[in-house]
Amino acid sequence: MNTHVVPHHFDSADQAYQASKLGIWLFLVTEVLLFGGLFVAYIMYRAMYPEMFHEASKLLSRPMGAINTIVLICSSFTMAMAVSATQRNDSNRANQYLIVTLFCAAVFLIIKYFEYSHKFHEGLLPGMYFTFEGLNHPKAPLFFSLYFMMTGLHGIHVLCGMGLILWMLIRSNRGEFSSQYFTPMENTGIYWHLVDLIWIYLFPLMYLIG
Amino acid sequence: MAHASYLDKKGLWSWLSTVDHKRIGLMYFWTSMGFFAIGGILALLVRLELMFPGQTIIDPNLYNKMFTLHGAIMVFMFIIPIIPAALGNFFLPILIGAKDVAFPRLNLASYYIFVTGAALAVIAILNGGVDTGWTFYTPYSIRSATSVVLTSLGVFIMGFSSILTGLNFIVTVHKLRAPGMTYFSMPLFVWAIYATAIIQVLATPVIGITTLLLVMERVLGIGFFDPKLGGDPVLFQHFFWFYSHPAVYIMILPGMGIVSEVIPVFARKHIFGYKAIAYSSLAIAFISFIVWGHHMFVSSQSPLANFLFSILTMLVAVPTAIKVFNWTATLYKGSIQLATPMLYALAFIFLFTIGGLTGLFLAALSVDVHLHDTYFVVAHFHYVMMGGTVMGLLAGIHYWWPKVFGKMYPEKLGKLAWGFIFLGFNMTFLPQFYLGKMGMPRRYHDYPVEYASLNFVSTVGSWSLGIGFAIMFSYLIWSLYRGKAASANPWNGKTLEWQIPSPPTEHNFEETPVITAGPYEYGVRT
Ligand SMILES: [Cu+2]
Repeated sequence: MNTHVVPHHFDSADQAYQASKLGIWLFLVTEVLLFGGLFVAYIMYRAMYPEMFHEASKLLSRPMGAINTIVLICSSFTMAMAVSATQRNDSNRANQYLIVTLFCAAVFLIIKYFEYSHKFHEGLLPGMYFTFEGLNHPKAPLFFSLYFMMTGLHGIHVLCGMGLILWMLIRSNRGEFSSQYFTPMENTGIYWHLVDLIWIYLFPLMYLIG
Repeated sequence: MAHASYLDKKGLWSWLSTVDHKRIGLMYFWTSMGFFAIGGILALLVRLELMFPGQTIIDPNLYNKMFTLHGAIMVFMFIIPIIPAALGNFFLPILIGAKDVAFPRLNLASYYIFVTGAALAVIAILNGGVDTGWTFYTPYSIRSATSVVLTSLGVFIMGFSSILTGLNFIVTVHKLRAPGMTYFSMPLFVWAIYATAIIQVLATPVIGITTLLLVMERVLGIGFFDPKLGGDPVLFQHFFWFYSHPAVYIMILPGMGIVSEVIPVFARKHIFGYKAIAYSSLAIAFISFIVWGHHMFVSSQSPLANFLFSILTMLVAVPTAIKVFNWTATLYKGSIQLATPMLYALAFIFLFTIGGLTGLFLAALSVDVHLHDTYFVVAHFHYVMMGGTVMGLLAGIHYWWPKVFGKMYPEKLGKLAWGFIFLGFNMTFLPQFYLGKMGMPRRYHDYPVEYASLNFVSTVGSWSLGIGFAIMFSYLIWSLYRGKAASANPWNGKTLEWQIPSPPTEHNFEETPVITAGPYEYGVRT
């Protein structure tokens, strides 16, 4: 079933597709630059306080970080499968993959929730709220500021991604997508891969440097 | 010929829910012009306070808030959106023969995002305002008792609007050009907006994260910019200027684009050095990203960095001068017609050249140590922003007024207002170069008597500016009701917007145009 109408200001479906594609890639560029500021701050402060970063990193839970990395990579895989199923006109399969993707994203956030509450409990909080006693370095709060800012901003992106995937699920269920028209689905996939990719950088930079 | 104009549909809702790029452009136009009026009144009050030494009309705290608001409103709510989001929105699709921008609904969304951000900033103003200066430098902005959080959130949100507009324009230029419209048959205004859009997309996310971190700094005390917690206030300056220097070109490039449109039309000549002007827009966009450190020569930046930033900054003069030379060469032996748009375009060349050249003084390290944070800097960037961008904007407003509204503005009053604005501008800002050279620091509420006479002249000049703008606003509004109906092509332009009715129809072109000639083929025999 193909009910999609090309918007009036485009001459062809292909032109519309090309435009959306360029649009989403440009959007990803802006996302990279948004996170770029935080990565620059990370590089700068890690260069200033290398030992503190080593010590503080040890306080993060590697197993939880590792599980989350695997969970997100899986979700990226199922997202790609959902797009490819749509392109093959198999919307049932696509819907199943989307549900699994959503499930993985939820698992990621639940694990993050437990990590965060554990940190809160120990007083490993950003900046001036830092009350943890076991780390003997005056600048240690800075590491946790970075940790919460970077993973927090990433977490917000995961939430947005879940919203988009849910929306795609609803639209796909309504039969809006087909091998002729799958632009929003594909763009959501591209966005989701970026969210995954950012985590793939965050994980070693935060958890594995100790 | 009867046709349905894009203005025909009436009712507030038909505007608020429109996805027509022309209507969205107009909504941006009136919103930003409203902020321009507010920012202008604030400027007049600031100047009034500085008319005599000592306290003239307002106390120092209120004064700090006023110049901060003047700066923040003019930068974020007027000069950044006004040309790209208002005139660019209206004319970019038409100039490339498209029916709309690539993503019309996103275009509307970006307008509402802009309004939301602006509303937050307005709430911050009502909530007591901000006194940090528009640069929000840490550590003061962390400690200031004023509404820094709300204002930065406003800037953060308006940034998104700017990003989405830029993204929309880039895609529009790449994917929606009419058949036969190659990159090098695009009008130069399109090139300028395109270069601007690149900066909007690449630089604005950085101010986004910067303002967000400033908010977090105040809310959570994250310490990124707070030396007490291990952070570095200078990092804030780097982040801030990484956006805000390129933002200067978000402001000036579109003005250059308008001048490149107006000059060939009113000189009746093919533009000289089309490709050079087009490429120089891209060159300016590129260089703009690697010069930000020139704002930080006295901020403990390393001497090597200072040296490099100084050299790189001087590089900007090259593509800029290329434009000025090409405009001048276009004027050479042209049949120049001094209509109001042309007067503003010429004012642009004259004033912007002064603004640009004094920028070189500031780029020179040893000179900058003396001039840094003095009125010389204030005069310099007003010559660029107001002498440049605003003159370009006024050229564009008069040039396109007949197309946008289908009404002619009164030419004589146009020239009269131009006279007041041009003279008033120079009278206001020329003395400030001398004040700065004499060492008067910017942003101060008071000054010693040595600076009194020049400050007095400057304030009187600001009244002439005020009168000029009042005349202009009045006749523009008047012309909407009583102005003579405009023909489709009152200036004999060759670009696509003049080939369609004034005002345009809803979809711009009844049939997709096919382009066979370049944009400025005046006096070329075919
Ligand atoms: Cu600069």
